[in-house]
Amino acid sequence: MNARHLAPPAFSLRFVHVWRRNRLVWRKLALASALGNLADPMLYLLGLGYGLGAMLPEVGGMPYIAFLAAGMVCSSTMMSASFEAMYSGFSRMHVQKTWEAIMNAPLTLDDVVLGEMVWAASKSVLSGAAVLAIAWMLGLVASPLALLLLPLVFLAGLAFAGMGLIMTALAPNYDFFTYYFTLAITPMMLVCGVFFPVEQLPAWLQGAVQLLPLTHAVAISRPLMTGAAPPDAFLNVAVLAAYACAGFYVALVLTRRRLLH
Amino acid sequence: MPLASPLLPHLRTTGLRKSFGDHEVVAGVDLELRGGECFGLLGPNGAGKTTTMRLCLGLTDHDSGTVELLGLPVPAQARAARERVGVVPQADNLDPDFTVTENLLVYGRYFGLRERAVRGRIPGLLEFAGLGARADTRIQTLSGGMKRRLTLARALVNDPDLIFLDEPTTGLDPQARHVIWERLRQLLAQGKTIFLTTHFMDEAERLCHRLAIMDHGRIIAQGAPRALIATHIEPQVVEVYGDGARDWAASVGSRTAERCESTGETFFCYTHDADPLVHDLEQRGGVRYLHRHANLEDVFLKLTGRELRD
Repeated sequence: MNARHLAPPAFSLRFVHVWRRNRLVWRKLALASALGNLADPMLYLLGLGYGLGAMLPEVGGMPYIAFLAAGMVCSSTMMSASFEAMYSGFSRMHVQKTWEAIMNAPLTLDDVVLGEMVWAASKSVLSGAAVLAIAWMLGLVASPLALLLLPLVFLAGLAFAGMGLIMTALAPNYDFFTYYFTLAITPMMLVCGVFFPVEQLPAWLQGAVQLLPLTHAVAISRPLMTGAAPPDAFLNVAVLAAYACAGFYVALVLTRRRLLH
Repeated sequence: MPLASPLLPHLRTTGLRKSFGDHEVVAGVDLELRGGECFGLLGPNGAGKTTTMRLCLGLTDHDSGTVELLGLPVPAQARAARERVGVVPQADNLDPDFTVTENLLVYGRYFGLRERAVRGRIPGLLEFAGLGARADTRIQTLSGGMKRRLTLARALVNDPDLIFLDEPTTGLDPQARHVIWERLRQLLAQGKTIFLTTHFMDEAERLCHRLAIMDHGRIIAQGAPRALIATHIEPQVVEVYGDGARDWAASVGSRTAERCESTGETFFCYTHDADPLVHDLEQRGGVRYLHRHANLEDVFLKLTGRELRD
């Protein structure tokens, strides 16, 4: 690690070309990708929402399936951004050497990492929006305020993409990502309020989960879907933005160290 | 922005150094490429050729020294300099999800070129690469030679003044290598400047106006191929090999020739006058031999040694 690795990011609009390159690949595979975006959260939503929900009284002041829908929008965003930043990002960086080809043109690694992060977040918006659309069709969206979820999901996508790109910068191979899923993604799925209210957790854990980005994504999404004003909107957005910025910078420094020596 | 004039050096490095940890990979390299010439960087594996190229392109930061690429300081203005540079990397990094045309289109965007402008250039680039009938073919179905030619076409998408090629024909069959050489000569005829690394001596000898031999991070010889041969090595070589070669080399070769070396079971006798050697071999019979002019490989092996590099 040296001073040049730690230098502040130098942005240029050329990052858009990295984003467009990834979008062109995605467009070619869009159908399969859209099915994947929809199938997984839909199974959770319908299976748990109707199956488990039928046995439960109201959860958090609403039917369980409505409670779950807000959580699924966020967890589906998290999954999508993480997969894109890690598996697809690693393919482009390490296996296909796409980043190397791009950097032979007048783009820098800073442009590439930014383009990848914005792309992963963009793709995660599709996943979040797909779940939101299903929830709306099932009559689970009570307010047009829910449209605010779209920019929010993008912000959450940036936060998770940043963390994913850190893992990509550190990964020796694809297997490495399993650790991150087991140690970070799955625990967040379980404790950040996706399936049950955070208030059900033991007190010490309730404090700890406030440090996790998914907690804040869920905390702001649920009221928006039911039409209520989110009580800690500023805090929630600030935490997600902080994760996005810090994630980008750390991912950039680590990737510079890996690729630029 | 400085003009790409043949009178100005297209690339100049002075005292270029780079270490990875304790290992100094580039140890004080001075190079100067003139406009319109083909310059070759030769060296065994691990000599520092690829790192030197990366330093020149601003893809890796040097520890000390200076790099000036097309008149611009690197790495400070590497991005602007790369707008007028084409790069053919050692490993294939074409986009496997795209067709031939899409690869060129997307790459053109990275240079900020308008889609229409790139589309206008594509037929000419495909023709140059001999891929005119493959415009909509997916990359996975191309042969190694086609991929390399497409990579070369991709490096030309911005109509560069200077083209970097890192081992452009490694892994290609002889036919494909000759096609690449012929294309590179076409580019030189168009006035492009070429900077290539290679460890194929015939490639360097055929293509390069000037070359530098690099080993352990240093340039150990530099000049035109013919001049390097004339300076560093005796003009005639008699190679003897097979049964009896060792005994002959010990008894006759080493006494008659000015210098004898061996690699494996082959003995190389270097001399200004090969007649006595050839005469003796003819008289004697039984020892297989080859009498030839000294070439760049002889220079290379003399300067970098004959031991294996892994």
